[in-house]
Amino acid sequence: MALRISLNINGTEHGVDLEDPRPTLLDVLRERIGLTGTKKGCDRGQCGACTVLVDGRRVNSCLTLAVSLEGAKITTVEGLANGDALHPVQTAFIEHDGFQCGYCTPGQIMSAIGLLSETEGKASAEAVREGMSGNLCRCGAYAGIQDAVMDAQARIAKGAKS
Amino acid sequence: MADTPMVAAHHVRLGSNSGQSMTRRDGIAKVTGTATYAADNHPENLLHAVFAGASIARGRVTSLDIEAALAHPGVVHVMTPDNTPALSQDPDQKTTPFTARIDVLQNDKVRYAGQPIAVILAETLEAAVEGARLVKATYDSDQARIGFDDGEAFDPEAVGISTPPKFSTGDFEGNRKKAALSASVEMETPLQYHNAMEPHAVVAEWDGDHVTVDMPNQAIGLAKPGIANYFGIPPENVTLRSPYLGGGFGSKAVLFGPQMLGILAAREMKRPVKLALKRDQMFGPVQHRSATRQSVRYDMDADNNLLAFEHKANVSTSSFDNWLDGAANAGLSLYATPSISVSHTGTRFDTGTPGAMRAPGIATGSAVIECAIDVAAEKAGMDPLEFRLLNYAEKDPSNGKPYSAKALRECYKAAADSFGWKDRPLKPRQMRDENGLLTGWGMGTSIFHAPFFPAKARAVLRKDGSARAETSGADMGQGAWTALWQMAADGLGMAADDIEFDIGHSDLPDGSVAGGSAHTASAGGALFAAGNDVIRQLAEIATQDKDSPLFGAGNERVLGENGRLFKAEDPNVGESYIDILQRAGIEEIEGRGRGNRDKASTETYAMFSHGAVYAEVKVDPDLFQVRVTRLVGAFAAGRIINPRLAQSQLTGGMIWGVSFALHEEGMHDKRTGRPLNNDFAGYHIPVLADVPHLEALLVDEDDPHVNDLGVKGVGELGITGTVGAIANAVWHATGIRTARYPIKIEDLLKGAQALGA
Repeated sequence: MALRISLNINGTEHGVDLEDPRPTLLDVLRERIGLTGTKKGCDRGQCGACTVLVDGRRVNSCLTLAVSLEGAKITTVEGLANGDALHPVQTAFIEHDGFQCGYCTPGQIMSAIGLLSETEGKASAEAVREGMSGNLCRCGAYAGIQDAVMDAQARIAKGAKS
Repeated sequence: MADTPMVAAHHVRLGSNSGQSMTRRDGIAKVTGTATYAADNHPENLLHAVFAGASIARGRVTSLDIEAALAHPGVVHVMTPDNTPALSQDPDQKTTPFTARIDVLQNDKVRYAGQPIAVILAETLEAAVEGARLVKATYDSDQARIGFDDGEAFDPEAVGISTPPKFSTGDFEGNRKKAALSASVEMETPLQYHNAMEPHAVVAEWDGDHVTVDMPNQAIGLAKPGIANYFGIPPENVTLRSPYLGGGFGSKAVLFGPQMLGILAAREMKRPVKLALKRDQMFGPVQHRSATRQSVRYDMDADNNLLAFEHKANVSTSSFDNWLDGAANAGLSLYATPSISVSHTGTRFDTGTPGAMRAPGIATGSAVIECAIDVAAEKAGMDPLEFRLLNYAEKDPSNGKPYSAKALRECYKAAADSFGWKDRPLKPRQMRDENGLLTGWGMGTSIFHAPFFPAKARAVLRKDGSARAETSGADMGQGAWTALWQMAADGLGMAADDIEFDIGHSDLPDGSVAGGSAHTASAGGALFAAGNDVIRQLAEIATQDKDSPLFGAGNERVLGENGRLFKAEDPNVGESYIDILQRAGIEEIEGRGRGNRDKASTETYAMFSHGAVYAEVKVDPDLFQVRVTRLVGAFAAGRIINPRLAQSQLTGGMIWGVSFALHEEGMHDKRTGRPLNNDFAGYHIPVLADVPHLEALLVDEDDPHVNDLGVKGVGELGITGTVGAIANAVWHATGIRTARYPIKIEDLLKGAQALGA
């Protein structure tokens, strides 16, 4: 039941050979394409470490079958920066120390970008607290994450490129 | 979070780097996904390994049917005790106090649910996962023993790492008889599982009898000989890479069975192997925090001075190893008490073996002690802060030693002022918010010891003015890549941007354990000393060189800063490192360093970091749902190398306190011993919406005795104090004290019925 699929990831088409339809987007990214920025924390949609954008919407890549994504535009943490120029959410995470160990960070950042897009730049502090609560951080860097997301929203409103 | 504070000017004087709130030097790598964690490695020709875990907690595997697994496309091998070679060292042998007894398919015995009983190796991860599911085991099963009422009781020889289980001082019985008042509290704390976001993983590749291992590790210097012993190779044949750990919290300091199985599989298969634990596998073979059943009693005289302190803890461990959380040692150095009696007993559960988990012993014990102190204050009719100040320890009550430094009074005040504590009503159930929620305020004292480990480091200054500093130290999120880099640069008298820096690799000098809140002091001290060793050699060259403006200057009166060596008393007289080296025709200078703690100081002083935490909670008067709405802490931990990162460690610790008080509980089925909530849906930790307004204030403290640089730890301090502060705030809101953590709605409801509230 071999399959060949093509995935558009960060603007590049990747042909992937699958033995069967089981592989998740997360495992295809990490083990077959070599994009390991997206992390596996639980493999069942409970921690958010694997969050990526599919057509601009945040999804848990561990709960998404890769074969279902032909024709979709997938964005991972590797696709955010433009050369050395970081995405404003990435910059804000560094400046507000929105992480410690960094393992949940790619998922936090992708989730923040998805949230800011869902809320069209008008997310309240409370909306950020709720909207980012699907992304666990065991280090407890939440104060920095909250500040980073609010600040990134302000930066984007001021015209920083997102 | 409050703005990052500046620290006192004299603390910046270590050099131009320390004391600065630099952003993380690994920040770009971590926000762009280029930081490489162990499981991100993918050597050519890789095999994926997944282990199958036992579904019983005690007994034997009587048969393993691996046919279906082997028949699954992509599966190439299934390791079982029948075909797995013996390790060179018995995995039940304890060669160091940090060695855990581990399960590596050496026999058919099952000692806890989830223990590896087979390892499936496959060409794809999907095939390995499915292969593990297809392994069918039958068992000869014995009744699992879970919980203090069912487990086997015993008297431990030690708790924590080699700490005596019993201690007493002063006329305990006599003082008790004299007491006018006494307060006692009995509480239980549950099993807690570390659950770093990065599950334990290993990628191993053998080349002859040399093995390269990618594995998150907090103690590379111990892991390297440990791996070598298991595989019968010299330590220099082990290359261990651990540049980034996705969280550790104590759980990545020792070697575990699954990771050794990955290394063993790679040797057997003669191919690189990757083995990453699944989340549910994090609830067995990779340690947890002991459950405890504690009782604490304080006796006071008629003037409310403490006379006697008693702490008893019954602590869980496994059936086959002996780590016990030292909960009853948490209060030995806390409040002024002329007589003390503490003791531990142990109970064996059929679980994996516990281990050190963030603030081991202290978090668990202080969670109960801080409640007992508040009950004592209540009996005395005093405000909890006033009561703590009345019983403030000027000397360590367990041994009479003065503290190397103790700015706890300043912490109490700074955090109380910021919190607004003076307006607190003495009695419970006095405050409601605008929505009618019961509101309560509570406090706790934070304390954590300040150990020091013998770390080593190396620094090199080259003729072109470039430099490098290195140690094998580990960054599990606490900020070693940044704080250690700052200290290394200060040792060399250069800007952090101008030096190369490396950690997290076994080829580097042993940076010792990233644990015990000792890493910045120990590894940072070594790096600073290594840089100083370079400057000392450079000064020798310059002061003996007739062409140098420093010629004839005494070695000790020469300083290095920003790549320039100059006279201490006249900074205008000096020259650049480059000029000195080029004129001398020297390619490079290598310096070696060890951090230093004066031996006499260790014998003379009691060494601790301190802090105070104030909590506000709101409790629904009908549903008894509890929310922490504010947490304000103030902490004194000697010289702060990077205030931004120190603050993040402290607030992170405070969130662990919220988690301990209200969320975390590892539950096992009493009949089968199997974990009931081994995923993030069932094992609750705080999310962003659970986290209150947080403040962590840094209180200036000069500690001239703790080590050469006056650095103490902040990684574990924040959880201690916070747990009790929340429980005390819940009491203040509701008038109810529950008998166990986490504080649950059902226990508060029962308490309310008892109160008739």
